[in-house]
Parts: sequence; structure tokens; C-alpha cells
Amino acid sequence: MASTKKEEVKLIGFWSSPYSRKVEIALQLKGIKYQYLEEHDLKNNKSPELLKYNPVHKKVPVLIHNGRPVVESLVILEYIDETWTQEPALLPSDPYERAMVRFWCKFIDDKFSPAVRKYLSLGPETDGENARTEAQECLKFLENELKGKKYFGGETIGMIDIVAIGLAFWQRTLQEITDKDLMNKQDFPLLCAWAEELLSCSVISDNLPPKDKFISLIRSRREAAAATSK
Amino acid sequence: MGKNHEEVQLIGTWVSPFVFRARVALNLKSVSYEFLEEKVGAKSDLLLKSNPVHKKIPVLIHHGKPICESLVIVQYIDEVFDGVKILPEDPYDRAIHRFWAAFLDDKFFPALKTIRMVQGEEVQKKLVEIKEGLALLDEALVKLSKGKPFFGGDQLGYLDIALSGFVAWIQVREKTYDVKLIDESIIPNLAAWVDSLRAHPAVKDIIPTADGLIEWVRVNLGPPPAPAAN
Repeated sequence: MASTKKEEVKLIGFWSSPYSRKVEIALQLKGIKYQYLEEHDLKNNKSPELLKYNPVHKKVPVLIHNGRPVVESLVILEYIDETWTQEPALLPSDPYERAMVRFWCKFIDDKFSPAVRKYLSLGPETDGENARTEAQECLKFLENELKGKKYFGGETIGMIDIVAIGLAFWQRTLQEITDKDLMNKQDFPLLCAWAEELLSCSVISDNLPPKDKFISLIRSRREAAAATSK
Repeated sequence: MGKNHEEVQLIGTWVSPFVFRARVALNLKSVSYEFLEEKVGAKSDLLLKSNPVHKKIPVLIHHGKPICESLVIVQYIDEVFDGVKILPEDPYDRAIHRFWAAFLDDKFFPALKTIRMVQGEEVQKKLVEIKEGLALLDEALVKLSKGKPFFGGDQLGYLDIALSGFVAWIQVREKTYDVKLIDESIIPNLAAWVDSLRAHPAVKDIIPTADGLIEWVRVNLGPPPAPAAN
């Protein structure tokens, strides 16, 4: 069903933010044309547009649809799914299944991502045993969710897959930087297969941060953390 | 027998602001349910089995299947049961309700909760944070209500339900710290909203009193923890 009204979609994002990358992936999966606006200095010099469209949090991503802003990545993903109803559906139609998707997306954002970030930001000399255990506990729940499925969304990529993309990507990054791996094939065969499957999709791999630039960002964060903990 | 008379159970306590959200939503839809009250200090087997990831209340059990996370539960209730619509029809309005609900959980409630753990100047900082949050909500109410009593308009909507659980706890803080947080001279719209909420049929019989909560805290949680030594 073609839309006859003029649609203007913009996205304010940042290259290393997993949240803004997730929104880009969702837009591209649905074939939605948008204008991307990169924040140049998110830390010290936020753009007037960002401050205007997200005065409460002053964060990316910000989706601007026909001049109206939507913020918070999970809110944006549901907005995209409800506004542009073409395939792929990011959320299933059954209310119970939808509740499960919302539950796992919140789990990934609120519990899992912070646990992984904490572990990854620890410097090379810090003992990360507790952080590693916490992250792996979370991984076990996600491994369980994948049983019998190619993606969290079933046969096609869904909202959980998009929200969990950071996991696939972080794992690859972590293995390049350290000799410790969080998600090994032995303990997490389904998650490893899922990550490979996801990273082989061009719409996913085209939207990940540039590998070398990202790795040096993580390296410098880890060194900074090690320096402050001394 | 209609859908709204199917077997529904809710695991929770009368003090939890998150459980309260689920109760209001169920009342709004005239859904009869069995309220399974958790005892303080000992999580039931049913809770641990139904919410193995977080082990927290509320948990809604419908047709024997558990749904966790209060806002996920409220959306599930909206999608499954007949009656007044909790979320607005328009995707953009839904995004605005969801945005503010996330703000409540991510920013507003942590300030409200953790004020108990600090002393002196830190208390003042938290009070300012709470007041700023309430001012933002007052502004949002004006925009969303369009002159009607609730964020949802004539009826309780998603954001009304999300905020409803915190009203009694805000009043607890007002008494404990001898400060007016819902100040009708500063946030007149939200002050009027509180009165409308308290009188609403879905709320009035279940909303706790501030004194009741203060007594519960005294009996079950004891005095606030002492501040860390410098």
C-alpha cells in the first residue's frame, strides 16, 4: 500500500552508539528512506537539533517523522513497526508473544547490556570475574530463548534480534582485544550460530560501526578505566 | 462468559507501585483476578518459578502463562481484554505515552526511591530532581490531556496508569521530609490530576494511604541505612 502523503524521516545518531545503529537497521529492514544526521561531538558539543528534539535526555537516537520527534530506542522501534506496517513485522501479532518480545528487549537493555559494558570496560589488569559471571548468567537466559529458532523472531529478524545486535558485535570486538571470550561456542552454541547468521546479513553488517575505529575506541576506554582504578 | 472472566492471577503486594499499575489496568477493564500476596522477606515458589529472570513482582498469570514487568503487563492487559483502550490509537501518541513511562522508570522513580539512602545536602539534590521531574510531567499533562482530566483524556490512559503507582509514595516522601512536592501553586495541572486519579473507580478502593505505607516501611524495612563514613 503506497503512501500518498509526503513522508519526511530523519534520524539523529552517532557512529558508535548501538542504539542509533539499531534504529537504522529497523528503518532499512522496512525499506524506509531517511536522512541521517550524525552528531559530531556528542560529549562536548551537542547540536541545536538534538537539544531541540530531545530536551529531556539530550541523547541519540532521535527519529524525526514529519517534524515530530520520537526518542528512546525501544519506543522508536515500536513506533516504526506501528507506523510502517510492511514486512518484516518487528513484533508478532499475538499479545502473549508480544509481551515476551517486550520483556526480552527490556532485559537486554536494562540488565544484559550494562553487564556486558561493565565487563568490557574493565582494564586489562582488573579482575573481571564477577562482571563476567553476571554477563554469562544473562547469556544463559538468551541462549535458552533461541531453542528451536533461527532468530529470536523465529524465521525472520524481529525486534529482539535488533535489540540484541550489540551482543553479536561486541563479542567479535572483545575477541580481537582480549584473550577472554564471553560467548564461547561450547557453552552458547545457539547464540554463536545466531550471531554468525545475523552478521552475514548485509543490512546488519552494513550498519555496524567501522571495526577498526570501534576497536580503538574500546581499547582507549579500557585503558582509561585501568588508569583510574590504579 | 466473556474474555474478562477468564482465569487471571496477579502476584504482588499492596505496597508496590509497579503491582499497583497492573491492578489499575485490570480494574479498568473489569477483569476479575486472584490477588496472590507475597510475604515480605520470603519469595514464594510460584514467584520464583514464574519470574526466574528477575524474581520480582508483579507477575500476571493468564491461562497459566506468566507475564512479567509492569509496563509489559499493562500493555498485555490492554491488548487481550475488552473495554476502554489504555494506549491511544495513534502511533505518535503511543510513542509519547511510552516515552514518559520510560522516563518514570529510568529517571523519576530512582530519585524517589534512593532519597531514603542519603543525608544532608544529597537529600536536597534528590528533592530538586523529583520536583523537576514533576514539573516536566505537569507540562506533558497539559499537552496530552488537551484540557481533559487525564493524560489519556477523559479516561485513564497508559501514562496515567504508569504514574498512578507513585502517587502514594510521593506523598510518603512529602510527610517524611516535610516538603510539598505536589504543589498546586507550582504544578496546578498535576495537582488536579492527583485528585481526579484518587477519585477514579479503578483506583479509589486500592490506592494505599501515605500513613499506611510509612507504617509498612517502619515495620518491614526499619530505619533508613546510616550514611557511609567519609
